[in-house]
Amino acid sequence: MDMPAPNASVLARKAGIVARLRAVLPADAVIDADESLRAYECDALSAYRCAPLAAVLPRTTAEVSAVLKVCHEEGVPVVPRGSGTSLAGGAMPSADAVILGVARMNAVLEVDYPNRFIRVQSGRTNLSVTGAVETDGFFYAPDPSSQLACAIAGNIAMNSGGAHCLKYGVTTNNLLGVTLVQMDGTVVDVGGPFMDAGGIDLLGVICGSEGQLGVVTEAWLRILPKPEGARPVLMGFDANEVAGACVSDIIKAGVLPVAIEFMDRPCIEACEAFAKAGYPMCEALLIVEVEGSPAEIDAQLALIKDIARRHNPVELREAQSEDEAKRIWLGRKSAFGAMGQINDYMCLDGTIPVSALPHVLRRIGEMSRECGLDVANVFHAGDGNMHPLILYDANKPGDLERCEAFGAEILKLCVEVGGCLTGEHGVGIEKRDLMTVQFAPEDLEAQMRVKDVFDPKWLLNPAKVFPLAASAGRRAG
Amino acid sequence: MRPETESELAEAVRGARGPLVVRGGGTRSLGMPAGEVLETGGMSGITLYEPGALTLVARAGTPLAEVEATLAAEGQRLAFEPPDLRGLLGRAGESTLGGVVAANASGPRRVQVGACRDFLLGVRFVDGGGQVIKNGGRVMKNVTGYDLVKLLAGSHGTLGVLTEVSLKVLPASAAEATVVLDGLDDAAAVDAMARALGSPFEVTGAAHWPGQGTFLRVEGLAAQVDYRAAQLQAMLGGRTVAQGPWADIRDVAAFRGQPGDVWRLSVKPSDAPGLVARAGALGCLYDWAGGLVWLLMAPDADLRAQLGAFHGHATLVRGHGAPVFQPEPAPVAALTAGLRARFDPRGVFNAGLMA
Repeated sequence: MDMPAPNASVLARKAGIVARLRAVLPADAVIDADESLRAYECDALSAYRCAPLAAVLPRTTAEVSAVLKVCHEEGVPVVPRGSGTSLAGGAMPSADAVILGVARMNAVLEVDYPNRFIRVQSGRTNLSVTGAVETDGFFYAPDPSSQLACAIAGNIAMNSGGAHCLKYGVTTNNLLGVTLVQMDGTVVDVGGPFMDAGGIDLLGVICGSEGQLGVVTEAWLRILPKPEGARPVLMGFDANEVAGACVSDIIKAGVLPVAIEFMDRPCIEACEAFAKAGYPMCEALLIVEVEGSPAEIDAQLALIKDIARRHNPVELREAQSEDEAKRIWLGRKSAFGAMGQINDYMCLDGTIPVSALPHVLRRIGEMSRECGLDVANVFHAGDGNMHPLILYDANKPGDLERCEAFGAEILKLCVEVGGCLTGEHGVGIEKRDLMTVQFAPEDLEAQMRVKDVFDPKWLLNPAKVFPLAASAGRRAG
Repeated sequence: MRPETESELAEAVRGARGPLVVRGGGTRSLGMPAGEVLETGGMSGITLYEPGALTLVARAGTPLAEVEATLAAEGQRLAFEPPDLRGLLGRAGESTLGGVVAANASGPRRVQVGACRDFLLGVRFVDGGGQVIKNGGRVMKNVTGYDLVKLLAGSHGTLGVLTEVSLKVLPASAAEATVVLDGLDDAAAVDAMARALGSPFEVTGAAHWPGQGTFLRVEGLAAQVDYRAAQLQAMLGGRTVAQGPWADIRDVAAFRGQPGDVWRLSVKPSDAPGLVARAGALGCLYDWAGGLVWLLMAPDADLRAQLGAFHGHATLVRGHGAPVFQPEPAPVAALTAGLRARFDPRGVFNAGLMA
């Protein structure tokens, strides 16, 4: 993984740049000491590290604007950072970059139940958005696994998803508007507490632009009334193909579950050992969850269980209590942690058409045997978003490289069957150089034009998303 | 011009000597851009439909009716409920799927499931330089690169000509019912609709049609529909009917054949009654729980001037007395203009529209 050489002129001017940042921010909001900067040298893609030039922690939109104005004038790259939970290296700095962390901007600005929105500062964590409204019976729907820690700013930058997006959609479907600070310090409101764009849908392209178009400081988020209840059912099958066919039949049937999660045998074994959720030992496990009143849940699950029975499940178990439901989900939600206990792993995030599931799982199995690295599969089956976990040993020389090469092959397979490189984690630095697998040069050119408009000098998170060769001419400017 | 293929279309754009008017079926286009008409209807046909993956891919010129019939045969539908505005706008012709996407045309169910743009998975389009570009794909979760899909949805042909679109589709509901509240004034109706949408009963349509009633739709399995309608009635009163006037609400049938300009107002729902009172309209229809208000105004009455500053936007859908789209604040307008300049440097597409 290459990063461009840092701008020597910026490195040489560090003292002057830091002085200018101090002039526009409170004393405690500028960090430039080497030992303190270490906290910002990586995000959750911790295999790659680089300390930034400096880090700033503004508290207001006006302070963000002032910081960006200084950096724009000085030609300093800026890497926005939410909580640093990106799995794709979205918040990894370069040595010549200022990290702009929004963690201190975590206030709730407005809660409006009649119009069903909340306006927050973007450093607020995902779960604490729900926390602000849940006693009144509302919630914020996107629920990435890192929701305890991850910030709304990062959710918007990466268009984060979660386990329940089969019904509720991802961030972009739950985002009404943002306050965006452009690289030159200009502050704009895009969207607001209304349901569509008055012109070109700029909000749609801002969401998921990985911090390359501007810094989102405030957001209007759609909140929803909490369902009366929810209940999962566990289904075990003796082959991945059968589980895949069952998923397809369920979503075709007209009952829309909130989630359909899939785990294969290696993952089931690890989760069971870790969480003791009572999972059956089988080749493939589905967790299907539906919502509503108790009677509504019964009606939906009856239909779903009928479909499952047609596929000869080896296990078919409805949660009988709140506690059992919690344990079923605990197993799934601790999947990454459970795998982490036994191995180092790399988590992939490609999406495939649901119909390609059996073929892709079979190919991954074959590839795994060919390259000698085990894979555990856990993913959001309803929408085809896969999370193959490739197990490797970080202490074994060459293993990480082998693992990355294998991962790249799996992602190419996803694209080959009509899917994409990343369903919810983002491109960052991790998949940057695979973008040419999915996109022709003119497709990438069209995307880069958008950045040209928002950030003509290419100073915001510049070495991400696009292959370095493709963005070279622009970044040099 | 009516190209039959994407490459013919690209060729036609490259060879254009003057402005082009991009047109699907011409059934919902706004404004009156000048130039040679470039029709997409020649590029027709569903190229992929996987009911088990809830995905449909079709060429942009495919008739909407063909798409809806194909989906209906599998018990599925376009959940965002695209309106048929032919009656309202006095147009003939056949709506195309590309036209629906270009207008981000979304009906009453938008409040529950999202707009057309939320169901749009991928696009292929030809930009102003005649270059074919693809973005997104045909899978439901995709954050690979920038989301130009959303940018193209609702761009009314100003950034590129759509040649193919991929959509997420949903199963049609097994049952539906509508709770009708009679005799509410606008403010009470908006309040009731807010309470309904703030409940867990998954309201899929919330509209107030002055003189006709306030309508709340629920859909799902038969057991769910009965339960939800009963709960809503217990909460708000009213009566339950099997079928509400949803097609008429969706298509703004109330203003059909009525003289005057038609405006579409997108606002915070609770602001709507106050704004309507200021508008001095001849008629109004609240959809999206008040978030969308259709207004019938005297010819050439400028709604924006009438309302003064407000949070939201107004679009002139039928009439000529004002710019079609709400003027944007300068820095936002600069971003929009910058995108247009880069996607269509010669300014050939729908000149003057959305500018």
